[in-house]
Amino acid sequence: MKCFSRYLPYIFRPPSTILSSSCHTEADIISTVEFNSSGELLATGDKGGRVVVFQREQESKSQPQRRGEYNVYSTFQSHEPEFDYLKSLEIEEKINKIKWLPQQNAAYFLLSTNDKTVKLWKISERDKRPEGYNLKDDDGRIRDPSTITSLRVPVLQPMDLMVEATARRVFSNAHTYHINSISVNSDLQTFISTDDLRVNLWNLEITDRSFNIVDIKPANMEELTEVITSAEFHPQQCHTFAYSSSKGSIRLCDMRQAALCDKHCKYFEEPEDPATRSFFSEIISSISDVKFSHNGRHLMTRDYLTVKVWDLQMENKPLETYQVHDYLRGKLCSLYENDCIFDKFECVWNGSDSVIMTGSYNNFFRMFDRNTKRDVTLEASRENSKPRAILKPRKVCVGGKRRKDEISVDSLDFSKKILHTTWHPHENIIAVAATNNLYIFQDKVN
Amino acid sequence: MFPKGTKRKFLDSAEDAATATVAGEQGPASTRTPSPSYSLQRQSLLDMSLIKLQLCHMLVEPNLCRSVLIANTVRQIQEEMTQDGTWQIMTQALAAAQCPTDRLVATEVLCRQSDPAAAAAAGQSPKPYPLVGGLDRGYHSEEVVMEAGDAHKEALPTQSYLAGPFGMGPCWEEEQQQQEEEEEEDGGDEDGEESEGEDVDERPEVDSRPGEQVFGTFEIKQQPPPPPPPDPALEELFSDVDPSYYELDTVLTGMQSAPKMGPYDLLESLSSHGPQPLSPGASCRSDLNELDHIMEIIVGS
Repeated sequence: MKCFSRYLPYIFRPPSTILSSSCHTEADIISTVEFNSSGELLATGDKGGRVVVFQREQESKSQPQRRGEYNVYSTFQSHEPEFDYLKSLEIEEKINKIKWLPQQNAAYFLLSTNDKTVKLWKISERDKRPEGYNLKDDDGRIRDPSTITSLRVPVLQPMDLMVEATARRVFSNAHTYHINSISVNSDLQTFISTDDLRVNLWNLEITDRSFNIVDIKPANMEELTEVITSAEFHPQQCHTFAYSSSKGSIRLCDMRQAALCDKHCKYFEEPEDPATRSFFSEIISSISDVKFSHNGRHLMTRDYLTVKVWDLQMENKPLETYQVHDYLRGKLCSLYENDCIFDKFECVWNGSDSVIMTGSYNNFFRMFDRNTKRDVTLEASRENSKPRAILKPRKVCVGGKRRKDEISVDSLDFSKKILHTTWHPHENIIAVAATNNLYIFQDKVN
Repeated sequence: MFPKGTKRKFLDSAEDAATATVAGEQGPASTRTPSPSYSLQRQSLLDMSLIKLQLCHMLVEPNLCRSVLIANTVRQIQEEMTQDGTWQIMTQALAAAQCPTDRLVATEVLCRQSDPAAAAAAGQSPKPYPLVGGLDRGYHSEEVVMEAGDAHKEALPTQSYLAGPFGMGPCWEEEQQQQEEEEEEDGGDEDGEESEGEDVDERPEVDSRPGEQVFGTFEIKQQPPPPPPPDPALEELFSDVDPSYYELDTVLTGMQSAPKMGPYDLLESLSSHGPQPLSPGASCRSDLNELDHIMEIIVGS
């Protein structure tokens, strides 16, 4: 057991900054990051529809203090820009979410989705190739059959490692609205894809049909006041999933109850505090991300200013509420004007469900230790990314005298937002996406 | 993006004041009088939200979540303004400002709608008129109830008056709704004068209509009578042909095609209460032309 729990939450240092570019295009903006279930692979998706997969180096015996670093393993174009001829609309190729399937053989499988289409990709290695065909040369040219006098058996010869990604399934034409999340079921046979108004259930083997299990579209679109913002399967119970809404509520549904899960079996919502009510109350209560804990007993939700941890057995209020950047509460009008109030931040659990992490502005991200109740603000920036350097906690000063290392609220850069983060399933390694840069931090090894 | 270091003290401190005011005033709605700075702040928030909605729909693919959140904010402001009584003042001022320029525009529109289906479709756009009326609380609500119930009866005398000069039988639906809108808007001017009948064709058409469309389509779940059930056949037509984004488009802007009215035109019509330029009306009239055209294609072919 590492002793990093003393330094709360953890002291991280960056081995390197990967995938950075000084002048980036819009297409390079990272739109999702996800570790696979073993932590060996890290996938990122960007606005240009590309997926880049990193693989962790095997730890070397000679340098045990240097943990395995992540290097590029495979890059492929997952989604292309499309044109919907019926609506005369372009369909963005931006990758909204990536979810890994647990590994069952030598190949890796992941689901990636843009606004309309989910794809299952198989990533496999090839390090041998057959040589000695009878009917064609090693170059591939067809041999003249009349020149063949004897038969030989092709032999597998080693070759340079080649990693290839192939699209194995394409799940399309099931969503009228924009897909915001996908989630693989613990049964490893089905998954759900969620858009603003509907949740569809798919079988991984069947691409030409899906089941609609939640539909909140009103008969009259004029009555629409609430949309679905995210959905996730329970990590162990294959019949349970949760979805969050723009009104700050979470519904837990049991697929065994009915074919259409419009009736929730649990409804989580915290009553509004009348003291803080404003015209922006509803917008800031809109949930941008919902995540089950690894142990399946808790739910975490992220709204604009807070992260909340819910006990699945208690629906009327959250178990814990953490303020991410409460100093923005007095700036909501400006943030509404410049649209920052609509930013969708994600949140993530660590492997043991003891620490939660989420992003903020100015390339800050926050961690909260649920046990010690301590929290820290860290920054993902080039200046802080010298190898073996330790990330220094940052602080935002709200008013009054600003100390030397602090930054004032008005100096925050709202164009630098950390929306996507992910935590290694077992170890203290985190990946943080800051616009077009990916930062990977590991905890201090004693 | 938000410029680094820019101080937005006025708005933010006013926002704090707004928050405090809303929180502090818990008394009955009628006794609440908003402070001028709060009203100003609220008005600017309303204008900002409407601009955002407009811009939303100018996008090729509007973000539904964002649209819904902004629309809910507008509705919330609307509700509060209704409770304060300032909503009624604003709509009256709008209506008063609309009168002079609409006569010609409305006439042309009327003449163009020879197709009953087109009339019904166009009539469907201002469909939410009872909701607008419903916003006027107090003594207006009875008028609304009566109007909705006796809609046809009330319309007849006026319709026959109109049918003479224009001879547009199939247009009665449009006129009837226009009349009711007009009456509701001018309900504040005590008794409905008979000159209301004359004013029918100067329906507050499109200058205030987008405003009304945007406001009126957000259902206020209060006393007002439910809106007339949508024509199922037309709904089907729309649902088949028009994808959901167009539906939302229709809902929130009342226009089938991309709105041609710029955001600042809408802003002007809301805040300034000044005389309205003709151009917004003209541009929206061309939208109605398109709507007619689309309907003719759908229904006629």
